[in-house]
Amino acid sequence: MALDAKIPAGPLESKWTNYRSTVKLVSPANKRKLDVIVVGTGLAGASAAASLAELGYNVKVFCYQDSARRAHSIAAQGGINAAKNYRNDGDSIYRLFYDTIKGGDYRAREANVYRLAEASVSIIDQCVAQGVPFAREYGGLLDNRSFGGVQVSRTFYARGQTGQQLLIGAYQALERQVGLKNATLYTRHEMLEVVIKDGKSAGIIVRDLVTGEIQRHGAHAVVLATGGYGNVFFLSTNAMGCNTTAIWRAYKKGAYFGNPCFTQIHPTCLPQHGDYQSKLTLMSESLRNDGRVWVPKAKGEKRKAADIPESERDYYLERKYPSFGNLVPRDIASRAAKEVCDEGRGVGSTGLAVYLDFADAIKRLGQDVVSARYGNLFEMYDKITGEDPYTSPMMIYPAVHYTMGGLWVDYNLMTTIPGLYATGECNFSDHGANRLGASALMQGLADGYFVLPYTIGEYLSGEILSGKIDTNSEAFVAAEEAVKSRLSFFTNNKGNKSVDYFHKQLGKVMWDDCGMARSKESLTRAATEIAKIKEAFWKEVRVPGTDKEFNQELEKAGRVADFIELGMLMVQDALSREESCGGHFRTEYQTPEGEAMRRDDQYMFVSAYEFKGDDTAAQLHKEELKYEVVHPTQRSYK
Amino acid sequence: MQLTLKVWRQKNRDDKGGFETYQLGNVDHHASFLEMFDVLNDQLINEGKEPVAFDHDCREGICGACSMVINGRPHGPLKATTTCQLHMRHFKDGDTITVEPWRAKGFPVLRDLVTDRTAFDRIIEAGGFVSVNTGQAPDANSILIEKEKSDLAFEAAACIGCGACVAACKNSSAMLFVGAKVSHLALLPQGEPERSLRVLKMVAQMEAESFGSCTNTLACEAECPKGISVTNIARLNREYLWAGLTSGK
Ligand SMILES: Cc1cc2nc3c(=O)[nH]c(=O)nc-3n(C[C@H](O)[C@H](O)[C@H](O)COP(=O)(O)OP(=O)(O)OC[C@H]3O[C@@H](n4cnc5c(N)ncnc54)[C@H](O)[C@@H]3O)c2cc1C
Ligand code: SF4
Ligand code: FES
Repeated sequence: MALDAKIPAGPLESKWTNYRSTVKLVSPANKRKLDVIVVGTGLAGASAAASLAELGYNVKVFCYQDSARRAHSIAAQGGINAAKNYRNDGDSIYRLFYDTIKGGDYRAREANVYRLAEASVSIIDQCVAQGVPFAREYGGLLDNRSFGGVQVSRTFYARGQTGQQLLIGAYQALERQVGLKNATLYTRHEMLEVVIKDGKSAGIIVRDLVTGEIQRHGAHAVVLATGGYGNVFFLSTNAMGCNTTAIWRAYKKGAYFGNPCFTQIHPTCLPQHGDYQSKLTLMSESLRNDGRVWVPKAKGEKRKAADIPESERDYYLERKYPSFGNLVPRDIASRAAKEVCDEGRGVGSTGLAVYLDFADAIKRLGQDVVSARYGNLFEMYDKITGEDPYTSPMMIYPAVHYTMGGLWVDYNLMTTIPGLYATGECNFSDHGANRLGASALMQGLADGYFVLPYTIGEYLSGEILSGKIDTNSEAFVAAEEAVKSRLSFFTNNKGNKSVDYFHKQLGKVMWDDCGMARSKESLTRAATEIAKIKEAFWKEVRVPGTDKEFNQELEKAGRVADFIELGMLMVQDALSREESCGGHFRTEYQTPEGEAMRRDDQYMFVSAYEFKGDDTAAQLHKEELKYEVVHPTQRSYK
Repeated sequence: MQLTLKVWRQKNRDDKGGFETYQLGNVDHHASFLEMFDVLNDQLINEGKEPVAFDHDCREGICGACSMVINGRPHGPLKATTTCQLHMRHFKDGDTITVEPWRAKGFPVLRDLVTDRTAFDRIIEAGGFVSVNTGQAPDANSILIEKEKSDLAFEAAACIGCGACVAACKNSSAMLFVGAKVSHLALLPQGEPERSLRVLKMVAQMEAESFGSCTNTLACEAECPKGISVTNIARLNREYLWAGLTSGK
């Protein structure tokens, strides 16, 4: 199938406006006849579900947590971008668009990103109206701060808990619709399969995680808003339950997977310290506004940070990138940290850490101001490490954080399966090969509040005469059977190793060989290793209990089975992209200064993979990226 | 370190349940409390036994999923700390630790340490929102809000909906949770139009769920991992009284 991104004609600035005035509409009376399923209650899912229910569609919403409010978006710390130009510092929709395209290393679609920048403005309005308590100045106006990769202050925030406050806003809007009976919420329900009938999306199969009951749900359109798959690396900053299952099931049913290998490694996380460790904690990038990153100039330095004089410290980001300094984009900051640690100049017990130092900021601003800005992050650091960042510098190291890849979608956010949509982190669309800070929250809410509610009408206007979806059809029966047999395989398998055992093995291979730096050699090795892990997993995994009860090991087993397969696709993609761009760094392709070397003549495209069977490599389709407004250059933050 | 764990085991909602005792060796003092449970579960699986079910997701103290009563205290001994942010360095080698689920009629146990907290969602559903549809909002800076008020609203809105306040209260009262939400929205101009209706509806729903009444023991504030202040309960009472007087209900 040829990929058609369905980008509207016309100049960039008017595409979305024109689209909205010409898109097909569904009348209120007809909306009541149409059922929409939203899987996921993070920013992307909750905002979409609330908005669609407000419009009058019958909405069913699913999440695996016990409450919609607990979706992983809750953990976002730093903030959300919007081109409000409240600071009068030269910001504009165009500039936000440009920064995002450049930050993504010219691997995102212009039209989508421009629309995102346009929608950003309304997001802040909407959230404030809902009662989101963003930070304010004494005059009562909204406050802003800056984030990596940009030179304006356009980030809105609520202390270090922006994601929490935005999600609670969307969650409350959703609960309001639940109360009005426009939406039905299914918490502790996990989607395990998509159902396709006559080439179109017809519904999903879910498992009630409390009783184990398998249910069929039909709908005229299904929206996946199931978040990122960073947990394929086992250790990441994602919540423990973040998974790929929903989008992986969709992929195996025919939805193409876009840029699977594009992973963001975040520079400011707490370093790893032991094998029992279950996750890595992010220290918000906003800390780089006031914290200075450094390592000792000498290798194998043993003195405490405070005892190392200024002249023997290397503030390597300020040195290498004088114009952006500590605020270079994440991919660059992460690689620079890896580089100094690989040189033997890392700090801490493992040598895999760099300092993030607030001494200057405390001197300049006073402890009170620093504490007002970052107090909760400092506290969290202290709680986890037992050290006080007010008196000694933080130690940080890069960790897996976000996945730019995801289901391929067109301008309407529809996957290659008609009627199946993907929004938020689980699609591939807006961040190219690297996401800028504070842009994921923006994308999730833009998709859910302001894009999908329009674009879904284009498809649903053709479904008005379909009538209720029949969940007794062969397609539903077969999908349910497949789910049940997989579950009973797990609980009946006579293995002797826990699910985590395999997940950790997979994570190690992915981190070592498909992580911050990749090469043909490492990726080839990874492919062999993952194949071995897959074989062993299906033979040796042990899942106690039954599938008819609350069973967390069974939940994990299904997720890890899908992660293993996804890992293989990521490796295939990383191998085939013989260039470096954004978070994808192939050691064979770097400039003499060690920066990522793009090869625009050959790789200016989105890789979209089609599933071809369990034992066959996926088929690559290319969506050429045409830059009509921006002229791609070697990204420079010097 | 070496630990003895007494953990509440219960197969499902209807099971009576009871404590089981486990020995755990080699626990790193830098591990978090939940990582210690991961190690226990790995050990149980390897012994062919069923692991202990417990709620958790972010492990960063923000999602509100984790919920263990540790040695009789919701979220354990540390002030303003969720179970997932509690680290083993706060325990001693050789300690015996008792771990139970939230105990409250409003939060029935589903399995082991997992409870059903959907009552909180129903309270929000009853009125914990501002009625503004997508696309209806005015420009964000057209609403000026005093920084102090905005900060107070933020502090109330920082509640993570974990339910420790209910678990800590001998009456299983949900007043701190409800007070936090009522305060968040009552302090902001955006919440003004629905101010009275909201508090009446939320309190009615709270009473319809199986939560007890507040007798000012302040146990909720002491155990709240986010330091939500009991002044929010005072504000809830004021708002409720005022709404009752003015709405004629
Ligand atoms: C620690 C941290 C800090 C961050 N800080 C920022 C920041 O400051 N600014 C920023 O812009 N971005 C930030 N990000 C990124 C951002 O938080 C995420 O990209 C974004 O929240 C993803 O939102 P989402 O709605 O797409 O998915 P999520 O919030 O992950 O929600 C996924 C939803 O899908 C559901 N789900 C998943 N699988 C299934 C299934 N199989 N069945 C049923 N339900 C399912 C889950 O229950 C959940 O409700 C941060 C990320 C992390 C990890
Ligand atoms: S008030 Fe505190 S204890 Fe109660 S639910 Fe909120 S955060 Fe938890
Ligand atoms: S697991 Fe999220 S608050 Fe503890």
